Amino acid sequence: MEPTAFHYLAISATMFALGVIGVLTRRNAIVIFMCVELMLNSVNLSLVAFSRTLNDPDGAMLVFFVMCVAAAEAVVGLAIIIAMFRNKQNIDINNFNLFKW
Amino acid sequence: MEHTPPILFSLILLMPLLGSMLIGLGGFIFPGFRKNEKGIGLLATLMVAIPFFVVLYAFFTFHEPVHFGLFGATDSLQWMYSSNSSIGFNLMFDYRLDQLSLTMALIITGVGALIHIYSVAYMHGDRGFYKFFLYLNLFIFAMLNLVLGNNMVVLFLGWEGVGACSYFLIGFWYEDMEKAKAAQKAFVANRIGDFAMIVAMMMLYAHFHTLNLFDVTMSDGTVFTGVVNHLTELSGTAAWLIPLLLFIAATGKSAQIPLFVWLPDAMAGPTPVSALIHAATMVTSGIYLIARMGNVFATEDAEMIRMIIGTVGALTAIMAALIAIAQNDIKKVLAYSTVSQLGFMFVALGAGAYTTAIFHVMTHAFFKACLFLGSGSVIHSMEHTHAVKDPQDIRTMGNLRKYMPSTHITFFISTLAIAGIPGLAGFFSKDEILTLTFLNFMSGETFYLVIWLIGMTTAALTAFYMTRVYFLTFRGEERFALPKAGKHGHDDHGHAKDAAHGDDDHGHGHGVHAPHESPALMTIPLYILAGLAIVGGYLGLPALFGHGSHMLNNWLGGHEGHEGIVTMKNYEHAEHVATAGLEIALILVSILVAVGGVMVSWRLYDKHGLKGDSIVQKRFGKFYTSMQNKFYVDELYQKVLIDPFMYIARNVIMAFDKFVLDGIVNGLGNVTLFLGDTFKLLQTGAVANYAMMLVVGVMVILSYLIFM
Repeated sequence: MEPTAFHYLAISATMFALGVIGVLTRRNAIVIFMCVELMLNSVNLSLVAFSRTLNDPDGAMLVFFVMCVAAAEAVVGLAIIIAMFRNKQNIDINNFNLFKW
Repeated sequence: MEHTPPILFSLILLMPLLGSMLIGLGGFIFPGFRKNEKGIGLLATLMVAIPFFVVLYAFFTFHEPVHFGLFGATDSLQWMYSSNSSIGFNLMFDYRLDQLSLTMALIITGVGALIHIYSVAYMHGDRGFYKFFLYLNLFIFAMLNLVLGNNMVVLFLGWEGVGACSYFLIGFWYEDMEKAKAAQKAFVANRIGDFAMIVAMMMLYAHFHTLNLFDVTMSDGTVFTGVVNHLTELSGTAAWLIPLLLFIAATGKSAQIPLFVWLPDAMAGPTPVSALIHAATMVTSGIYLIARMGNVFATEDAEMIRMIIGTVGALTAIMAALIAIAQNDIKKVLAYSTVSQLGFMFVALGAGAYTTAIFHVMTHAFFKACLFLGSGSVIHSMEHTHAVKDPQDIRTMGNLRKYMPSTHITFFISTLAIAGIPGLAGFFSKDEILTLTFLNFMSGETFYLVIWLIGMTTAALTAFYMTRVYFLTFRGEERFALPKAGKHGHDDHGHAKDAAHGDDDHGHGHGVHAPHESPALMTIPLYILAGLAIVGGYLGLPALFGHGSHMLNNWLGGHEGHEGIVTMKNYEHAEHVATAGLEIALILVSILVAVGGVMVSWRLYDKHGLKGDSIVQKRFGKFYTSMQNKFYVDELYQKVLIDPFMYIARNVIMAFDKFVLDGIVNGLGNVTLFLGDTFKLLQTGAVANYAMMLVVGVMVILSYLIFM
């Protein structure tokens, strides 16, 4: 059976949902961070799927932008996580409520 | 005069303005300039004297009214302009020299220049010397705007300008709270009249769609009509309401009942100011206004208003005269005397005799300015004696003629002039007012007999109290303590050095000195004004001396075929009933009353000196106390107007302020605080919560997009 757009999108949706659940439930900052990456990549997957189905390179182009943003985000995010660790010797986000009123 | 470039006439207005600006800016930028009293005095005086000569030139070359703008041509300075011809609203700084405004301008610049000269000496050494002349010049500018302006708005500008200058000058020594308060009182009382003026202007505009007084021709030939010659066309409510409002405006500026209370207090200002503003010029602007708008008072509908004017004038005259009898402050007496004389002018206006009112404005300007300047000279020298507590109290004066011969003789002449002694200015104008009032009675109005009787009584009282002031000031015994010549008499003043100077030294030290004559800069204006107080009356000889003997009447009533601007309806009517015999009889009564008043007062105070007052007091009984207390008018206003006003302000308005206004403002703040307190709880600081909210938000929006 030739995989169709539906299959790709189903995988993409699953990956996105897994990412959201991970972000909401996990407490380790690095895991949350990886879940965010998972969400980004699920979006990339659907973009590529649409691009191929519709025979339109725009979607494939957009993937590169997403990857660039993801790379930049990784730099900033990891730096924040290191700073968090230096501060409190762990990276459990429940220990961090600096924005609390 | 048509060959004269209008720019020459513009100088009349521009020079005082320039003077005040130069002095003000000069003093402001270069503090050193403030000390240059000679320069400031000369500049200020020239800026009034030159316009005087220009007005004089205009007077002698006059053959028809001239229009000019602030910078030459009539429309040289436009203010508001509507090209829509159906509105036709065209407001310019344009001025008109005609018989009436020329007469007023002559008085303003002439008497004004003399008072400027006098002030240079009087204000010598004052910290605010430059400020004084800045205000004085500005006042002259505003006053000229008032009398020369050819539309109601420029007139009103001058009207407010003189009010403001009067405020500045009454409160000139504002460190003294009393004086600052007097200035405020004058300002507020004037405001009430000004309100009526504004409403009158609006009503005039509603009827005529223009505020020009006389027709104006623009340089391109367009003609804008003026209201003055159409005022008789008014009908209905406007026909009596507009004159009433104009009269209320006049009572404010010209200190009549019920708004006269500010003028006596206005004496807080320097004496030259009292002479210029509160005797000779500003307070007569109400009379000018009514004379200028004379047509509106001449209609059948305004008959009642004329009677009101006459009544108010007569009541003010006699009330102020009664108060003046019991006052001991030399300036207060003169102030009430001014109120009283203004009352006379309003009696004339009420009788429809506008030229007579202007005639009295003129003669009054001469003798009252002279009296005020004379009192200034007296106060000046009493201050320098250091021998009295209050330099204005006539009870501590006496026999000053020995020390101040020039002041004495000029004050004497002016006293006789205001008392109505035949041959001097006051006699002619006052007699004319009374004669015309009586002739009004003869032509069928019993009402005017009452006015005439009140006027006669006031004339007698005037003669009485003016002679009293003269006597207590310049004759009788010396009631101030002086050191004996060559010996130091008073231990608590001065040093041995002062004693060596003797009593002819000018008051530079701290010791007690004898009073001394004022410098020539002060006495020369006094002599000129006294001279005018003698000859001023001959401009208006009674009709007895043949038709046309009343020069001012000929001048104001119409000149060389040009129609006069002042209505003389009643006067002409009166001429029909007048006979030479009646006139002679009336003049004799006048003379009798004036001479009688002077003689009674003279004998009383000559014989008893200061004790004369207690004899007067016995005659009047309890009434004398009311006179001394100015009939409790100030107290009445305090009780009836100011106290309730303050009560409402403190209780009603303050409650509204506190609960409604403050409630809104504070309420807004409280609501914000409450909302913030409530919703800040959402900020838990836990990142997972934020992520949750984000997801929920996204889901809500997505479901909306998908399902709706």
